[in-house]
This record gives sequence, structure tokens and C-alpha cells, in this order.
Amino acid sequence: MPELLNDYLPIVIFMGVAAGIAIALMASALVIAVRNPDPEKHSAYECGFDAFDDARMKFDVRFYLVAILFIIFDLEVAFLFPWAVSLKEVGVFGFWSMMIFLAVLTIGFIYEWRKGALEWD
Amino acid sequence: MAFAAAFFYLFSAVAVAAAVMVIVSRNPVHSVLFLILTFFNGAGLFVLLGAEFLAMILVVVYVGAVAVLFLFVVMMLDIDFTELRQGLLSYAPIGGTIGLILLVELALVFSGWAISSEAMETVAAPVEAAVGATNTEAIGRVLYTDYIYYFQMAGLVLLVAMVGAIVLTLRHKPGVKRQNIAAQVARTPATAVEIKKIKPGQGI
Repeated sequence: MPELLNDYLPIVIFMGVAAGIAIALMASALVIAVRNPDPEKHSAYECGFDAFDDARMKFDVRFYLVAILFIIFDLEVAFLFPWAVSLKEVGVFGFWSMMIFLAVLTIGFIYEWRKGALEWD
Repeated sequence: MAFAAAFFYLFSAVAVAAAVMVIVSRNPVHSVLFLILTFFNGAGLFVLLGAEFLAMILVVVYVGAVAVLFLFVVMMLDIDFTELRQGLLSYAPIGGTIGLILLVELALVFSGWAISSEAMETVAAPVEAAVGATNTEAIGRVLYTDYIYYFQMAGLVLLVAMVGAIVLTLRHKPGVKRQNIAAQVARTPATAVEIKKIKPGQGI
């Protein structure tokens, strides 16, 4: 399918330029920059005193809930794209098929709203 | 065509290398980043196959959402590296046994694998709905009418996932004071202020 791939040529060129610039910047830092390491320079800086503990810490599980709810509506939108493009071909049946799909997910949306899953306390 | 072949080898080589790095790298966060690289290369392979819609959905859903979810899981687990390495030797026999069993199973599957002679003919013949349509259109023409049951089932699966996530993870802290904007706006001087007449020199 060469004609389809031709459409992607600008993206390939863009990726190539981006990779070239990124590599040039990192390589120039490696070559040009003065490096004179010592332990104090490598240690984490925290306003003058020693770092209390690791930077990694437990996340609140609520972030995860927000991410899951985001994924579900992301997928819902992914289903909407082919429907919008082919709405003329699928006709009334296809239209109501999508409306039922949206209604089912709206039930879930109302549920999460009423449960207070969208609120941050 | 040589151009496409070169990109196929580029994408698959990077995908395999990144997939190896996912399981080899010590830092789980780096693993997730390599997983994202694998997803991107998978999307590139889909584009080479002509499946543009799948490629874009792979980038939007997997890179945009699922990888973020994996990052949250990695951050939530709060993995202690020294503790992980301590258990390595004691778990090595059982892990090695399971790996060996899986390897034997894969070997059995691939040794008994033969490509059907009719397979190449079906590859060359696109389905009826896809003739003269772009990728997204071809999916849209069949998904909402011919495959309506699967489509509605997908909606129900998403609903179950939503309800399940809320039931499993939603915990409201007791005694949290929330702002009720309607109540705030509905306040009038009559409900908020009390005026008392005090005669001079008497006090309250």
C-alpha cells in the first residue's frame, strides 16, 4: 500500500528531525560540557539539609480510579470515530445502535457521579 | 516496497529490543517507558499493514491511557529493590520450572504450526465492506450493524469495568466537609446576621 504510506512520509521526516536534534543536544552535552563530579554534586539537593527519604512514595489509589474512569470514556470516544465517519452508510439502525451504547455508558456515568467518584475529598 | 520492508525491520527490531528491555531493566518505571516504546513500534507495524485506525487507537488508548495506568500501579506498589533481590534465590526453582514448562509448550505449538495454503488467498482478498473505503469507514460500516451484539457487549463490559473500579477503590473519608455552593449562594442577611439592640451603658 505505497500511496497510504506516502501520507506518513512527513511524520517519518518529523521523527527523524526530532531524533536528530535530541541526539545532537545530548551528544554535544557529553562532548562539550565540563564534567567534574564529586559526591556532593551527585547527591539530591533538598534546601540545604540531607534528603529525608526516597523520592518514591505510595500514590493514593484515587489517582488510579481517575485513570480507569478516563480509559473507559477514552474507549467510548474511540468507538465514536468510525460511527461518525460512516453514519451515512449505517443509517437509522446504526444511529440507534450507538445511542443504546451511549445510554449504557451514561448509566455508568450517573452511577459514578452519584457515588461521588468524581469528587476529591 | 523496499522502503516499507526497511521500516518493517526497523519497527520489529526496536519492538523486540524494547520488549526485552521491559523484562530486563531493573527499574520498573524504565520498564513502563520501554513498554511505551514497544506500543509505538506496534503502531508503526499496524500502519505498514494499512491498519491506520488500529495504529492510532493503539497510540491513543495504550500509550495515552494504559501506560499511565501501569505507571500508577508501579508507583502504588512502592517496590523495595533490596527486598526484591532477597527473595530471588528462593523463588528461582519454581520460577524456572514454570518458565521451562511454558518454553516446552511454545516449542510444541510452533513445531506443529503450518501455514495453510489458502491463507495467502484470503489475505489478498479484502472483505466486501472494505472495498473503496478508508480504514475507519470500513470498520464503521460493519461494527454498528452486522456486529451489533459484540458492540453492545463491549459497552456492557465497559460499564462493568466502571462499576467494578468504583466499588473496589472508592473509599470516602468520614467527616469530610464539602463545599455546597448552592447553600452558600442561597444565604441571605436574614439567615446569616442577627442584630441586637443594646442600650448604652448596660452591656449584653
